[in-house]
Amino acid sequence: MNNIIKRYIPQILAILFVVLIFGFLTLNAQTNMDNRGIDFGFGFLSQESSFDVQFSLIEYSGSDSYARAFLVGLLNTLLVSFISIIICTILGVIIGVARLSSNYLIKNSAAWYVEFFRNIPLLLQIFFWYYAALRALPMPEKADAWFGVTYMTVKGYYIPAMVWENLNVFLYCGLAAIIAIIVLRNYANKLRDTQGKQIPVLLYSVGLLIVLPLLSFLFGGVSLEFEIPELKKLSKISYIYEGGISLPPELIALVLALSLYTSTFVAECVRAGIEGVSKGQKEAAASVGLTPNQVLKLVIMPQALRIIIPPTTNQYLNLTKNSSLAAAIAYPDLVLVFAGTALMQTGKAIEIVSITMLTYLTISLTIAAVMNWYNKKIEIKEK
Amino acid sequence: MFKIIKQLTSVVAMFAVLFAFSTETMAAKKSKTLENTKKRGFVRCGVSQGLPGFSNADESGNWTGIDVDVCRAVAAATLGDATKVKFTPLSAKERFTALTSGEIDILSRNTTWTLSRDADIGLTFVGVNFYDGQGFMVRKGSGISSTGEFKNGTSVCTNLGTTTELNMRDFFDSRGISYEPVVFEKADEVVAAYDAGRCDTYTTDKSGLAAQRTKLSAPDDHVVLPETISKEPLGPVVRQGDSVWEDIVRWSLNTMIEAEEYGVNSSNADMMKTSNNPAIKRLVGAEGELGAAFGLDNDWNLRIIKQVGNYGESYKRNIADTGILPDRGPNELWTKGGILYVPPAR
Repeated sequence: MNNIIKRYIPQILAILFVVLIFGFLTLNAQTNMDNRGIDFGFGFLSQESSFDVQFSLIEYSGSDSYARAFLVGLLNTLLVSFISIIICTILGVIIGVARLSSNYLIKNSAAWYVEFFRNIPLLLQIFFWYYAALRALPMPEKADAWFGVTYMTVKGYYIPAMVWENLNVFLYCGLAAIIAIIVLRNYANKLRDTQGKQIPVLLYSVGLLIVLPLLSFLFGGVSLEFEIPELKKLSKISYIYEGGISLPPELIALVLALSLYTSTFVAECVRAGIEGVSKGQKEAAASVGLTPNQVLKLVIMPQALRIIIPPTTNQYLNLTKNSSLAAAIAYPDLVLVFAGTALMQTGKAIEIVSITMLTYLTISLTIAAVMNWYNKKIEIKEK
Repeated sequence: MFKIIKQLTSVVAMFAVLFAFSTETMAAKKSKTLENTKKRGFVRCGVSQGLPGFSNADESGNWTGIDVDVCRAVAAATLGDATKVKFTPLSAKERFTALTSGEIDILSRNTTWTLSRDADIGLTFVGVNFYDGQGFMVRKGSGISSTGEFKNGTSVCTNLGTTTELNMRDFFDSRGISYEPVVFEKADEVVAAYDAGRCDTYTTDKSGLAAQRTKLSAPDDHVVLPETISKEPLGPVVRQGDSVWEDIVRWSLNTMIEAEEYGVNSSNADMMKTSNNPAIKRLVGAEGELGAAFGLDNDWNLRIIKQVGNYGESYKRNIADTGILPDRGPNELWTKGGILYVPPAR
């Protein structure tokens, strides 16, 4: 009896405490909102937003609802996070490996890169790219073509757009190639386990990825044309490129800052992972006759990844949350569009801030879930 | 069940009202805000982050402008000293939350009076101290002389969280022109972006354009287009629920305007006590018991006129003499062809 009391009383008290605090806060908020004549409700989400957004992945205009404006902001946040995560991973792996290089120049350049970009506050880096680097670009009419068809200007980066015919056939072919590769890999693993034979899977995979989609061009009626941006006159002195895709400078500045900053942390995770595998493993693998390639692929990387993944997940989460700094440079992300303009136009502060918080929470938990799943997959399986 | 969800969600994000205890009561004659202001010894006033002519701080931190003068008038009326004001610079995005959460007691920040703001979000507009309208600024060299010459693809810089964003959509939508809105939180960022060529045009209230033009690297290379695309009555705002405080702010502003109408200004106010006109005598506290209605003494309006001046003096000092908008336009008295018209103080 005594034990039960000892065990449960503190827990019950703790729960009671939390409930009381939450109850008090709710009551307090309600009283204050009532006194100030502020209504609470989510009905505004279906009302017409009547404002426009600079950059959107889906069709959107001022006659759409606030809910759609929310979606526009959310997709813009996801877009900038997705691109930045990919770039920072590639950069991070390269820099991380470079730091372990035996070449003095490569090793030290990588170390300087990490120390430089990781020790300057992210907001400053965003400001640098946006206000210093990108503002110094030429006006559209004075811009030189990069690669012949793209233009980097103060108003944005203009690139050709792809105009597809029978895009679905092309995508099916790509899908078929991926399925074929998975089947091939399983077969190759089986062959290796049962007969000890090796097939150059990578070579075949690349071949499949190129050949199958290529076939769709020849026989599937797929065609691809490029719409090249062309200079258009807006007034006597102002120009713009029309046709093609325009990437606003706000997006470019944000991607640059986020990916360069986060790549330094990823690089450190990669370095820690590789250094975390003991030398004995490498020597033992070499002594049983594995080639250096096999040593890296079959012995070092599987063990290093186990160390790399969990801290890298944190970096991905940080990057996604840091993308909300977009509001500082007019990139229309979730915070600017929804917790900014929509909040101001409706005045529904509590509703909108709570929706925004829940959204970031959901994005973060989803990324964490995916990374945890991957981590589970590669962790040591006790047999 | 819905109630529980409703309560839970309100818990999640109630920064604004989190620890602010219920301060407003429905007392008939007593104003909690006035009591607190007297106890504190200064009026808490929300202003812009720097808009010459309306609310702008100089190097030593002195605020000037016609929006600033409204708060000074309230301080003169309630505390007897027009300098007893604490100014809080706010972005367009922060302004209403600052007011509803009780961080400030008057919002005098070139804020447009609209139905949804007045009725929906716990605010009350007390009057209009500047009649404005939205316009566009372009580079002179562009050759654009009217808004009809904007073409598809025009990029437009403006401020976040303003009626400007909505008007601009109405304007371009109704003309079927596609445009690129580039929206910044701070006015200075908008000016910098337009100056750097990021945008082809800059849109906001015309008074704002005139004031911000002075901040451009070459002000003379830019021109404000003649068209006005919206009505923007700008005025001070208070929190809903304290009707006495609301009246104090409203009549402090009205006093300034009526003083100009009757020719009472900061230098002749004392002499006007012996005027033959009862309306003027009421205005300088020599007749009637007008202040008692708010719980103030009888010299409240005299102090406003003596310490801050009438509306005309404030306009001249802040907007005309600084070269922002020398012509008063609609902001002239109704007796002189403008639309400034306030109810009688009696």
